[in-house]
Amino acid sequence: MPPPNDRRPGFSRRAQLGIFTGYVAAIGGVLGGVVLIAIAVADPGSFAFLRRGANEIAAPAGTVSSAVRADSRGFFQRIGDYIDAGNTNAGLRREVAAARVQQVRNAALGEENRRLKALLGVVETTERPVVTTRLVASTSASTRRFAIIAAGYRQGVRVRMPVRGANGLVGRVLEVGPNTARVLLVTDPENVVPVRRASDGVAAFSEGRADGRLRLRLINFGINPLKRGDVFVTSGSGGIYRPGIPVAQVESLLADGAIARIVSDPAASEFVLVEPVYQELPDPAATPVLAASPAPAPPR
Amino acid sequence: MVIVRKSRGLGGRQPLAVLRRQQDAINNRLRKRINRAPSPILSRGVPWASIMLLGLVPFAPLFASAPIMPPLAFMALLAWRMLRPGMLPVWAGAPLGAFDDLYSGQPFGSAVLLWSLAMLAMELVDVRLRWRGFVQDWALAAALIAGYLVLATLVSNMAGGAAPLRTIVPQIALAVIAHPLVTRLVAAFDRLRLLPLRKIGQ
Repeated sequence: MPPPNDRRPGFSRRAQLGIFTGYVAAIGGVLGGVVLIAIAVADPGSFAFLRRGANEIAAPAGTVSSAVRADSRGFFQRIGDYIDAGNTNAGLRREVAAARVQQVRNAALGEENRRLKALLGVVETTERPVVTTRLVASTSASTRRFAIIAAGYRQGVRVRMPVRGANGLVGRVLEVGPNTARVLLVTDPENVVPVRRASDGVAAFSEGRADGRLRLRLINFGINPLKRGDVFVTSGSGGIYRPGIPVAQVESLLADGAIARIVSDPAASEFVLVEPVYQELPDPAATPVLAASPAPAPPR
Repeated sequence: MVIVRKSRGLGGRQPLAVLRRQQDAINNRLRKRINRAPSPILSRGVPWASIMLLGLVPFAPLFASAPIMPPLAFMALLAWRMLRPGMLPVWAGAPLGAFDDLYSGQPFGSAVLLWSLAMLAMELVDVRLRWRGFVQDWALAAALIAGYLVLATLVSNMAGGAAPLRTIVPQIALAVIAHPLVTRLVAAFDRLRLLPLRKIGQ
């Protein structure tokens, strides 16, 4: 490719100045970028208003494409369904027979559970989701993992609310606009979720690894009790997520924890539920009083 | 009586009238180019609009749970800069980067800084390497893309992320492979940019 010939503008003073101004502006862009990054690092929420506005404008396109995503998935699914309809039919018959037995057993267990709970005085809380909405966007090239949902404060979404798909936890709300909200996905390195093993309640923290997997860190050190295939659910500590939402399944073991696969892949969930915050934190101004009150006087 | 002439095309024998009509159509189209020029809005706006459009890729109907998508908007910026040097001004990295930051999930200012640096780097390279071929362009783009992705990860790690650099290795590989494709896409946009839509002197 021959070199561009616009580098030497000749004797035109105006053209020379134009090139010079361009360089000054570009270096200004570099310095401006440094300043903007410094502000964004010092206060991550500082440019939220810009992102909110931008997302509000672009969200309709995302809504359309989210439907396309689901439809294209459904199209290939449908072709596949025709191919093994017979096998599926036989399999479903067997499953229905097994499920009937299981259903009776579950009813009995449910009844027993209700009696035991009544005995303990546990109050049953049925959390209704705030809103059911679509995932319209997710960061693609960045190592940060955010998603945009098509519901905002007009639909009752607030910051910190957990977001879950049909299978399990997707993330929590980070910034809220009028009709859109930004969700910090569980796979983001900044998102730390307190979890426990579904079978026996071994406590751990899950944090994202930015590559679609989670890092589980056990709270108690010692012999690693985890096995491949263990399912982890939210433990409810921290007060954001209610207990019992599936989060991850162990894939490989590490010395002090495990690498786990997320249960609810955002790519597979078109619709998500926004749930209310499990337990609201007390007002920050009131926190010192609360923290001070339960401390017992030291014995003399 | 219809005069029939043998043509070399797929049609075999065709009446001369049909051939003449085809010739006329081609001539008409050619004649239209004489007093036509590219529309000024398209010829100036398409580079900016195409880069901004590719910045909206997060709204595309595919979700990745890992960062494997190539940074298409940045790659389009590089491709425009290589295809048409001087088309985008040196400072174009800052405003286009600011738009990309709105949707990319990076801390705001990351692309403003890195895209401006990339444009300045391209200016330097234009001074040093005057004659470049396809392979040199590709190697240069590969170096700039890899540097951009590594620096972008470091910047996002400063603002709360904690992604190890090995997370982006597949992304870098994919982006380097995809660069010629993005160049083709930009070339298609360039044809759109130069469509003779405006009439002159009527």
